Amino acid sequence: MSIKGKAFIAGIFEHPTRKAPDKTVAQLHAEVAKGALEDAGLSKDDVDGYFCAGDAPGLGPLSMVDYMGLRLRHVDSTDVGGSSYLIHVSHAAQAIAAGKCKVALVTLAGRPRSEGSSGTQPRNYGAAAPDVPFEFPYSPATVNMYGMVAMRHMYQYGTTAEQLAWIKVAASHHAQHNPNAMLREVVTVEDVINSPMISDPLHRLDCCVVSDGGGAVIVVAPEIAKSLRKPLVRIIGAGESPKGQMGGKIDLTYSGAAVSGPIAFAEACVIPADIKYASIYDSFTITVLMQLEDLGFCKKGEGGRFVADGNLISGVGKLPFNTDGGGLSNNHPANRGGITKVIEAVRQLRGEAHPAVQVKNCDLALAQGTGGSLGTRHGSATLIMERV
Amino acid sequence: MTYQDRTITAPTVNPEGQAYWDAANQGKLLVKRCSACNEYHHYPRALCPHCFSDKTEWREAKGTGTIYSYSVMRRAAPPYAMAYVTLDEGVSMMTNLVDCDFDALKIGQRVKVVFKPSEGGPAVPMFTPI
Repeated sequence: MSIKGKAFIAGIFEHPTRKAPDKTVAQLHAEVAKGALEDAGLSKDDVDGYFCAGDAPGLGPLSMVDYMGLRLRHVDSTDVGGSSYLIHVSHAAQAIAAGKCKVALVTLAGRPRSEGSSGTQPRNYGAAAPDVPFEFPYSPATVNMYGMVAMRHMYQYGTTAEQLAWIKVAASHHAQHNPNAMLREVVTVEDVINSPMISDPLHRLDCCVVSDGGGAVIVVAPEIAKSLRKPLVRIIGAGESPKGQMGGKIDLTYSGAAVSGPIAFAEACVIPADIKYASIYDSFTITVLMQLEDLGFCKKGEGGRFVADGNLISGVGKLPFNTDGGGLSNNHPANRGGITKVIEAVRQLRGEAHPAVQVKNCDLALAQGTGGSLGTRHGSATLIMERV
Repeated sequence: MTYQDRTITAPTVNPEGQAYWDAANQGKLLVKRCSACNEYHHYPRALCPHCFSDKTEWREAKGTGTIYSYSVMRRAAPPYAMAYVTLDEGVSMMTNLVDCDFDALKIGQRVKVVFKPSEGGPAVPMFTPI
């Protein structure tokens, strides 16, 4: 069974807040759900499937289902970190295709900024995690794990700090047009290189923002999508693949996108060159470069040359990416950027992106996520959507 | 930027790792090898992640290897060098690089194991350039 054409994205909402000390996490989840339902033209009582991940407070989906007063016949709390929400859209399409639900709600929300979260803090997944005893004493933080990936890429392929900086430069060019973006200032390659070194070779401006907020997506059956007023955005391909350390045969030169990408492209019957717009998870600049290579937008090792000289800037380069400013400049709510990747891709397909960054005749878009940690264990998810 | 000693969080010692940490306290680095598929693995498990056999055995590693990748965390106090070191046995392990000039580190550099005390727990294997 393929999900191709079996489900549509009918509603999207990105919370405008970037700092929410006076709201609860549950409230943020409910606010984004309400926003996405209003965008779709649906009501809460239409929802019969709910999808959330580890940022939802409480036991799996149960607390949020009860808080929002949902009456459901399908739930899924798959959690692979920040890419979970792309997988939720794919799983929602599967559930709809199998007749398990007709209106699926996906939510993400969190307040890491208000709670003082930082990518320089060592991450501990709990004493029961089998890897923790052999890793936590060394203080693995988010940034030094991605730093090691970037160092290896530079060593093996000659990638430069200037090339990585171009990814942030492109994101900043887009963020200047987004009134809700956390960082709206356009930066140069020199600005990135001259920003403080956090963990070699990643500078401060190679890192995404830490922001409060959230987002929601509504996935619906075809007959429901066609009854609504929004432009039709159809899901045509999806792939997912976790990747780890392979028992110590560690290879940091590729990501799970090397598996999830080809699966999604095959299902959608398209190739990378067909894609008009790409949302690429940008926890760090290196995350983008790695995924672009693994998805096949360029050959392995040539990502540095591919992203240089504005190639990712809408209206300038060949592959416009993250036209909302991405995690690097706009928003990374709950330290999980997956849902904003879907949301901006849908804006592009609907023609609702900011006019300064809207891709002309954008009828085919890709969203790509990497959750967890690229340097240890991560979950890759690829989603391909088209405007009908 | 040179290495400074820092507080090392004690590893959680559980039944699968007891022998590893006991050996670390005696200055020995153990690595797991599977007698069914003859492959080494790390971090150590009761079941081989390559072939799923339960015939995994502890071996004492030579204690030498090469830097696969590293990243100096310059915003920490004190700064520290995160790394993956590929042991001569062929598997890579997460570790820290210590007792060295961080700015002279290079991928591919030869290193050897040293043991650093943790806070209230067993000694932790780290690596220093040879």
